[in-house]
Amino acid sequence: MSLDDFIYNSKSLWMEGNGPEADVVLSSRIRLARNLRNVPFPHKANLEQADKIIKQVFDAIEKSSEFAGQFRCFRMKELTHLERQILVEKHLISPALAESEKGAAFIKHDESVSIMVNEEDHIRIQTLYPGLQMEKAWQLSTKIDDVLEERLDYAFDEKKGYLTACPTNVGTGIRVSVMLHLPALNMLNQSNGIFTTIGQVGLTVRGLYGEGSKGLGNIYQISNQLTLGQSEEDIINNLKGVTKQIIEHERSAREKLLKDAGIRLQDRVGRAYGILSNSYIISSQEAMELLSDVRLGIDLNLIKNLDSRILNEMMILIRPAYLQKFFGQELNEYERDIKRASLLRDRLKQSEIK
Amino acid sequence: MLCTNCKKRPATVHYTKIVNGEKTEMHLCQVCAKEISDFQFNFEPNFSIHNLLAGLLNSMAEPTVGIDYQRNEHCPSCGMSFNEFSQIGRFGCNECYSAFEGRIEPILKRIHGSSVHTGKVPRRAGGELKVKREIDLLKAELDRVVKLEEYEKAAEIRDKIRELEKQLDKNK
Ligand SMILES: [Zn+2]
Ligand SMILES: [Zn+2]
Repeated sequence: MSLDDFIYNSKSLWMEGNGPEADVVLSSRIRLARNLRNVPFPHKANLEQADKIIKQVFDAIEKSSEFAGQFRCFRMKELTHLERQILVEKHLISPALAESEKGAAFIKHDESVSIMVNEEDHIRIQTLYPGLQMEKAWQLSTKIDDVLEERLDYAFDEKKGYLTACPTNVGTGIRVSVMLHLPALNMLNQSNGIFTTIGQVGLTVRGLYGEGSKGLGNIYQISNQLTLGQSEEDIINNLKGVTKQIIEHERSAREKLLKDAGIRLQDRVGRAYGILSNSYIISSQEAMELLSDVRLGIDLNLIKNLDSRILNEMMILIRPAYLQKFFGQELNEYERDIKRASLLRDRLKQSEIK
Repeated sequence: MLCTNCKKRPATVHYTKIVNGEKTEMHLCQVCAKEISDFQFNFEPNFSIHNLLAGLLNSMAEPTVGIDYQRNEHCPSCGMSFNEFSQIGRFGCNECYSAFEGRIEPILKRIHGSSVHTGKVPRRAGGELKVKREIDLLKAELDRVVKLEEYEKAAEIRDKIRELEKQLDKNK
């Protein structure tokens, strides 16, 4: 599989937008932090040590019966800035890895797994599934973890667990997160209250993009904050329990909106659809907001002729680096707004259910 | 100087990013700087957690500041000092955990509310921990059956515990 396939292929597994509770949960992610014994952590390692780790991870994958031939290795220093940015936009690598000359990513062909090497920790295994599928994501990540451990000497302490560069990750080294679409809670101004409660049970919440209190496009990410003292299963179950409650809140908020603001909601959703399918210049910010409205319209059956995947897919495709790659040229902001509008018009037409 | 992102407009926003100890100079125009900060997908909630940690380390370090200067321990393996750790919030290698053991303990308790791992144990690196955990479970079970006066079962469990303990001794 070539780099171009990864880049032009917009269909990461998680972007398929199906899976349980997909009307609210866009994706579930598990990240495991692991380090090797007696090798300095990446920020202290020299290029030679860093390279050796990449080679060791490569061997561990390729010599395994389970995963040989299923991953592709990308070394950051061999990619252009734009190519790295695209991997970030697709949530396959972190911005920190993209900027590290020592870094590499092993990405599984269906893009459900990426193993980041030499980010903050030597190894970060990430699995990404559509919908609410934390257990599935956990099973896959722990399996990959086992396969790597067969050939790599992990830094593990009987009392402190998996040793990580930052003490906030020590123990299980696990970060579980879900990406949620919460338009109705936001419209009814109920999200802040819920998020305050979340902070009290060891979880963190934030807008997926930007730092504002309202997530752009009403998209939020909830993750566990604590990694030591609880088992992975407990951490997952805690997050899952809270997520299920938020799903219920969002669904009843949607029903309330539909009941109390029926025609106004219909108007808002219809206008969003109209602008997205007819605009010729559009910023990513405006596009995200309108896509969120359209997706809500699809979920509430106010828009009947559109595929619900449109939000999951387009929130990636309208991003700056992806747009430039898609159109095969460098674009300034104004040119991007024009190309973005054209891509949106095309995709909305393609997503129409005949 | 032109913006390194769009290469069209003049760069007016300059800053240095440090990621994993590597410096990157950023020179951006107003438009790109805004777009990048609005749309930088935050992969990890690291920022808030790192800030939290830095605040924690500062507040906890205060009473011992005087002592710190006198005996600022270094990790024998990577050479990192505890002061350096408090500044960047990251250890240099796995040995740092044992080098600064006494001082890390309360920090872990403050961050996680616990300092003892109860999760997954790796097959190879986990070594004896798996066996030890099994023995603990069996001992609890033993207490339970003794209370119920099920002595036959208790004898069985005792045998199992002995066997596992032998395993541990052999490895020593
Ligand atoms: Zn620019
Ligand atoms: Zn060290």
